[in-house]
Amino acid sequence: MKFPNINLDNLKNEGTESVTAQERRKFLKLGLAVAGVYAGGKILSLTSLVGKAHASGGADLVKKYPYNPHYSMVIRQSLCIDCEKCVDACNTINEVPDYGYRTRILTKKYTGTLDRQIEFIPVLCNHCNDAPCVRACPTVATFKDPVTGIVRMDSKRCIGCKTCVLACPYDARYFDATRHAIDKCDFCWEKRLSKGEKQTGCSSACPTGARTFGNLTDPDNIVYKLVHQIEEKVWVMRPADDTKPNIFYMKGNMQSVDNILRGQKFKTT
Amino acid sequence: MTGRMVDISKRWGFHGVEALKNSSPMYKMVMGIFAIVTLIGAAIGIQGFFAGYHHVYGVTKQIPWGLLISTYIFCVVTSTGLCIISSIGHVFGGEAFMPIAKRAVFMSIMFMLGGFLIIFFDIENPFRMAIWNVISPNFSSNMWWMGTLYGAYLVFMVIEYYFLLDQNHSLSRLMGFFGLMVGIAAHSNLGGIFGMLHGRHFWYGPYLPIYFIISAAMSGGCAILFFTTLGWKINPDIMNQRMERAIKSVTQVTIFLICTIIFFTIWKIVTGMVSEGKHLIIMSFLTGDYAINFWVFEIFLGMILPLYLLFKSRGNNFNMILWATGLMMIGIFFMRYDIVIPGQMESVYHSLGVVEEANLLIYIPSFHEIMISIMGISFIALAYFAGEKMLNGHQLEKHEIVPEGGYICPGCGAIHFMEEGESEEDAMKRHHRIW
Repeated sequence: MKFPNINLDNLKNEGTESVTAQERRKFLKLGLAVAGVYAGGKILSLTSLVGKAHASGGADLVKKYPYNPHYSMVIRQSLCIDCEKCVDACNTINEVPDYGYRTRILTKKYTGTLDRQIEFIPVLCNHCNDAPCVRACPTVATFKDPVTGIVRMDSKRCIGCKTCVLACPYDARYFDATRHAIDKCDFCWEKRLSKGEKQTGCSSACPTGARTFGNLTDPDNIVYKLVHQIEEKVWVMRPADDTKPNIFYMKGNMQSVDNILRGQKFKTT
Repeated sequence: MTGRMVDISKRWGFHGVEALKNSSPMYKMVMGIFAIVTLIGAAIGIQGFFAGYHHVYGVTKQIPWGLLISTYIFCVVTSTGLCIISSIGHVFGGEAFMPIAKRAVFMSIMFMLGGFLIIFFDIENPFRMAIWNVISPNFSSNMWWMGTLYGAYLVFMVIEYYFLLDQNHSLSRLMGFFGLMVGIAAHSNLGGIFGMLHGRHFWYGPYLPIYFIISAAMSGGCAILFFTTLGWKINPDIMNQRMERAIKSVTQVTIFLICTIIFFTIWKIVTGMVSEGKHLIIMSFLTGDYAINFWVFEIFLGMILPLYLLFKSRGNNFNMILWATGLMMIGIFFMRYDIVIPGQMESVYHSLGVVEEANLLIYIPSFHEIMISIMGISFIALAYFAGEKMLNGHQLEKHEIVPEGGYICPGCGAIHFMEEGESEEDAMKRHHRIW
């Protein structure tokens, strides 16, 4: 059998001018159907797809994410050493009182394991796409930022009923008496991101790169790369609650992450 | 109905402040104590408001709802229950339930106000609530619906009570119907607040909204029995054949409702024991920290003892009913506490198996919380004692409710009308003809 000899490298790009409007619409429809918009859902994220279908990369798949930039954090659990620098940085930057916290590190102990007996799990607001706190708030004092997807607070509207504190399946909220409102992690939007910085307080304070913050819509971003792979398992906390969180967890030790990133540096600055 | 003009004070059964002045020194002292306790509680609450709640309340970051919420729920559950039980009579026309209506609606309003007084000191920014609830509503929030519907409920109940006093029965019936609908919607939303919290297995699901309605009806039956028999202690004149009949009927309904709640509780425990997310909390009810709350107060005082005493009273022994329902009120208070606090005891990270959240969280009510709760309850008590005197034991003027040509049937307690040339006995036979 003889194959036609086509030199792919030298083929000329036909451009999109020659594609009919109908064909283009068909193509877009397909994309939207994959993303879930077509099924009537506004709340979509890769989160629900991770584990089931891994994105294969490529710019067109970015359309899946409802926000741009879609801020997200990948926590590489194996790298956390419980130095609490992230917690300290968060407390200082965001003026968190001693009776509350925006983020903390949990300790899990194992017995009978040969490699390690202890593991540290940083937790914070998951900035869920389908946030139970946003649904529970009677006065829309807490809301999904329409651009970034960050779950933010409009403090002046907060009546202090504390329903959101209990609605949150990640224990990420507390009442701040100084602010006279519920306070929570906003990915340092107020103090850093809105002022042009690219990293949150905790992620920039982390000496090991356990907290990796970035934009999930940008294929060049480390967060995108860590989530869009099948080499290592990526999971979210409490998936049964179906909140579509934006904090992803993976073991993420140095070697495997090196393999994934293929030369990309650990921490983007 | 006869169209004769009557003095409005008589028409409303209103005895006014004069009746308070004429009451016994003992009665005045009881009222005085409740008034002082209410004022002290309010003062302590206001002091806490300015000192900052996080300094003076026992609630924590992880248990943000404490005694105040559970007492608020106790009040609004009882309020809704009073509305439900009284509506059997004056909304749906169950004659036997009619005599309790005035007292029930009055106490329903007072329980609601007492509940609002307590929640005022729990909401951190109560003044913002008045503004943002209106101009920035979130229609998907159960909390918004609960607050808004309870507000509407209070309005309907007040209008209904006005018409009840004014003896405009068709309008009071209409308002009572709206009040009932809104009250049930509000109350199931209160259950819905708990039932729709994802991370809280102990609460999550349709159980609580349903349980809340049935439980409210039980509380309402208990409360109206308690307040009516206590009213009889204060003024034996309030008891007449119709009222006796009403007490008997409410007792029967309450017995039925207690049985239903026992059934609910059994299944809550049995299903909870095989649920990973609830097991720990259920075990703390059965054998742990909440065992006394559960077995002594919720089960024994709240259900078993009143069930036995109400059976034994046969609906006639008012002293026994008074004791049964008085103890039951205490039991019900703990029932509410056992919903609110234990639901928060297990941290959301407990299932992750981390060291920090291995144990159940602990909450102990603070002095401020206890005093504010007592304030709410003693406000209700004060309103009750004032109401019994000022509103003449919630009695209707006899000649007003029995129109000419009618009479109170000694058999069923309802008003029957005699046809021309008919004797009372004939009319009764006609009304109660079975075949």
